[in-house]
Amino acid sequence: MTSKTLILGAVAYDPKVVTIWDGFKAYFAERGLDFDYVLYSNYERQVRGHFEAQYQVAWNSPLAWLQAERVARERGRVARAVAMRDTDQDLTSVVIVKTDGGINAIEDLKGKTVGVGAADSPQATLIPLLHLAEAGLEPGRDFEVKRFDKLLGKHGDHIGGERDAAKALFAGEVDACCMIDGNHLLFTREGTLPANGTRVLAQTAKYDHCNFTVLDDAPTDLIEQFVTLLLAMSYDDAEVRPLLDLEGLKQWKPGRVLGYASLERAVARFDTLAPFLAELGIR
Amino acid sequence: MLKLDLDDLSFAEGGHVLLRHALRSVDVGQVVAVHGAAPALSVHVAAWCRGEGHSLVTADGESAAEKDAVVTIRRGSAESARWSDAERAGTPSLDGVVERPKASWGLAARGASVERGGAAFDFRLNEKRVLWADDAARLYQQAVAAQWDPQSAIDWNAPCDLPAEVEDAVVQVMTYLIENETAALLVPARFLSQLHPHFREVMQLLAVQTADEARHIEVFTRRALLKRDLLGLSTVGGQASLKTLVDEPDFALSSLLLSVLGEGSFLSLLWFLNTHGPDPITRQIAQLAAQDEARHVAFGMAHLEHQLAADPSLLERMRSAIQRRHDALSSTAGLNDLVYDALIVLAAGAWTPAAIRTGFQRVADLVQDMHSGRTRRLLRLGFSDAEADELSALHTKNFM
Repeated sequence: MTSKTLILGAVAYDPKVVTIWDGFKAYFAERGLDFDYVLYSNYERQVRGHFEAQYQVAWNSPLAWLQAERVARERGRVARAVAMRDTDQDLTSVVIVKTDGGINAIEDLKGKTVGVGAADSPQATLIPLLHLAEAGLEPGRDFEVKRFDKLLGKHGDHIGGERDAAKALFAGEVDACCMIDGNHLLFTREGTLPANGTRVLAQTAKYDHCNFTVLDDAPTDLIEQFVTLLLAMSYDDAEVRPLLDLEGLKQWKPGRVLGYASLERAVARFDTLAPFLAELGIR
Repeated sequence: MLKLDLDDLSFAEGGHVLLRHALRSVDVGQVVAVHGAAPALSVHVAAWCRGEGHSLVTADGESAAEKDAVVTIRRGSAESARWSDAERAGTPSLDGVVERPKASWGLAARGASVERGGAAFDFRLNEKRVLWADDAARLYQQAVAAQWDPQSAIDWNAPCDLPAEVEDAVVQVMTYLIENETAALLVPARFLSQLHPHFREVMQLLAVQTADEARHIEVFTRRALLKRDLLGLSTVGGQASLKTLVDEPDFALSSLLLSVLGEGSFLSLLWFLNTHGPDPITRQIAQLAAQDEARHVAFGMAHLEHQLAADPSLLERMRSAIQRRHDALSSTAGLNDLVYDALIVLAAGAWTPAAIRTGFQRVADLVQDMHSGRTRRLLRLGFSDAEADELSALHTKNFM
């Protein structure tokens, strides 16, 4: 490793992560970029590592992006999102109820129990709860929240929590459950949810998911080369295609941050960032 | 603009199949308007399209197809990109067998369109010239048609009351046959796992060949245990001879040693058992096994003739292989007395001096018959009279 090595920080939410980044490492090496990666078991340690200069570019969850962005702001630094997947853009989450459950409008959730994913999952917890709150139902006050915490610190990258919440709906433990739109399709197709047994009670506005984050002291030339090579990855290329399939995208896009507005309102409303910021001495 | 009406079909019930088909019928960049009444259709279509690389179009509501559409989709390029540079793995017919199929074709059916970018398989036997036989397809058809069910093909209730000494001899011969047939199962099975599946007919033939041996092992075991609780003896010399077959890494040389010389000799042995077997069950199973073994020998011969036509130097390697195996086995006992004697008693059919004399003569004739068979096949492969005679004599005394 030399000073001209670009190091990525990523969270090991699944064993395939090693295959993915090893594949990227080889792809970059063949094109003259000395690239390596370090893996963290949770996003909080990854964000802290970024500010301790353990690496130069982070593969951040949307919540980790907000954490990094907030810490940067507090310290007079600047965080930038340089690239993201096409599949990170314009996602929605849905609140699901049983077709025959007698819940026909958001107001009907008053006094009921809503199942969500992990506490730190933007898609299965924070954004859908914000949607209900902004519609007039405050979580914990107007309805009970039942969390299905799986692998805290991984920001919901593991879909186990969402699936458990979906199962709880039909076990009668909750009256509604929250998940990313694609998982409603997945759970219905795989049979976790009966076909036509559920209804979409509410759908959130569109939001964005992961991004590659850099701080203002990142080596400009390496980052530029990194982004250029990423955006050049083509689904037409048989060598590259398996990597893109594994990472779940067809095309890399330049980073954008306009899709994090709803999550930002959610973390502000629920004070989600406070414990993490407190650890860093930020109040 | 293309209009797709899903009626009340949801995406949880297969709606994506119709949408995928509709998208394939328009060019990349063109749009399809999706109509339907299923609940959550717009949520599911949007999520599905995101994963498939299609984009949603903000409807302007101008065209008729778009009017009342749940969602309008612009076809992305991902699917066509995936298949644009796919490659055909030869063609399905025998004419489509190529000399050297690509490792990246993997397990794909011959003639299939193979997506690029897959991991290459490590098939060591990947050259037509070293494994092909023009007869393979015909032999495979024959083999499939000739399969028999051990339960129904043999009359297991036929009378079988032999003198104890003769029954013991049958059990010993069966024990020896099982051990030899096990080698004849494992050797093609090992090559089978190294064979590029592009050579489908050879692969199928070897698969049936191993299945043949599995049945032979079954019927020989069943005959041995018909009157006895235990099997006979397995000797160091016998296993040493078979180990040289199992250890032979070269497909052609293995074909020579196992299929042509070994199974060729076995063919004589099985017909001998069919003729001189002391009971109807032994005679019947020997006949059924001999019919199968004849095909194995035929494939070995056909494959070697194919390879020799392209590479005459193989003849010299074959000569060395026979010599090498002979040398490797020169310090072992060869066919041990107890198997040889068991064959004599079996062929005698009775425990009397006169019968033993007959059995002894029959086994001597068998050994001569095996030698003539081997010599004949070696001649056909291109060896001279003297060479064929000499090389046949070097063949293992263990028969297989």
